[in-house]
Amino acid sequence: MSESTTIWVIIVAMGLGSFGLRYLFLGVIGDREMPEWVLRHLRYTAVAVLPGLVAPLVLWPAATEGQPDPARLVAAAVTLGLGYVTKNVLAAIFGGAATLFLGLYFL
Amino acid sequence: MASFWDRSSFWRGFRDGLPFVLVVGPFGMLFGVVATEAGLPLVQVMSFSIVVIAGAAQFTALQLMADNAPTLVVIASALAVNLRMAMYSASMTPHLGALPAWRRALVAYSLVDQSYALSVMEYERQPEMTLAQKTSYFAGVIAPVLPNWYLATLVGALVGQSIPDSFALDFAVPITFLAMIGPMLRTKAHVAAAVVSVVCALLFAFLPWNLGLIVAGIAGMITGAFVELRSENKGMA
Repeated sequence: MSESTTIWVIIVAMGLGSFGLRYLFLGVIGDREMPEWVLRHLRYTAVAVLPGLVAPLVLWPAATEGQPDPARLVAAAVTLGLGYVTKNVLAAIFGGAATLFLGLYFL
Repeated sequence: MASFWDRSSFWRGFRDGLPFVLVVGPFGMLFGVVATEAGLPLVQVMSFSIVVIAGAAQFTALQLMADNAPTLVVIASALAVNLRMAMYSASMTPHLGALPAWRRALVAYSLVDQSYALSVMEYERQPEMTLAQKTSYFAGVIAPVLPNWYLATLVGALVGQSIPDSFALDFAVPITFLAMIGPMLRTKAHVAAAVVSVVCALLFAFLPWNLGLIVAGIAGMITGAFVELRSENKGMA
């Protein structure tokens, strides 16, 4: 198999696989009723996945070769705090970004 | 045919999705640059971003291909990074499961971290939303995000240069995710789920194939459901 063919195989398999994962429940369950205990768990999906996704990125940033970085830690705390208090995603993003740039400049 | 179009929901979604162009842009460009430098022709670089639309999985695949890993290992590892998408799919099902199959397929194709998180947040904030409003909001969120993912990949591949490190754009992803997490912490159950997720993600970071995140996700969901149930029971007593 030539290298180019191998790459096409990877692209197509990843495409089908990713779509399959994304369609898994939407497609198979559709509008059938799900039991209450399942729904109860699903209500917490976002808040159970996203924090776990960012925690290593915040604590061990690739840009500093995995060393905790004060500017990034402070920016993360400010972003989370602003989001929590204001409930405004945009305000949190810009507040966090401003903190990061100030921190990188001064810290 | 039923209409799934709700103009004001679409534009509200569009407005909420717009700032995420700031993340998708640099990230997509970086993929375009790195993939091109790895020797992929333009058509394959673009196919990656159009067919897969999952930055982290795409970078994983590139890295493993550069390390000459066996094809099956490349595919399995990259898909493992995307396992969380199945959780997103399950979480969206109570909201959008009633759509016709081809529309559900479109939603599935464009189900990424940003479109999922913003939509689920909006659906919870406004539980009385109709199916049309929910669908239009989701479409609104992805409208600025997806085209810019493709475009940024193209620009990166053609220009061959990403945004300099001094802009610290590596942190754009964490900041935008944290900005979404803040407003999600509405109850004790949400906070507990998030804390358990963070602790587990860090504890199990050593697991291969990003499986630590799946452990964290499941543990977080169980925690949230448990705390919710317990506070409900207390409320009744």
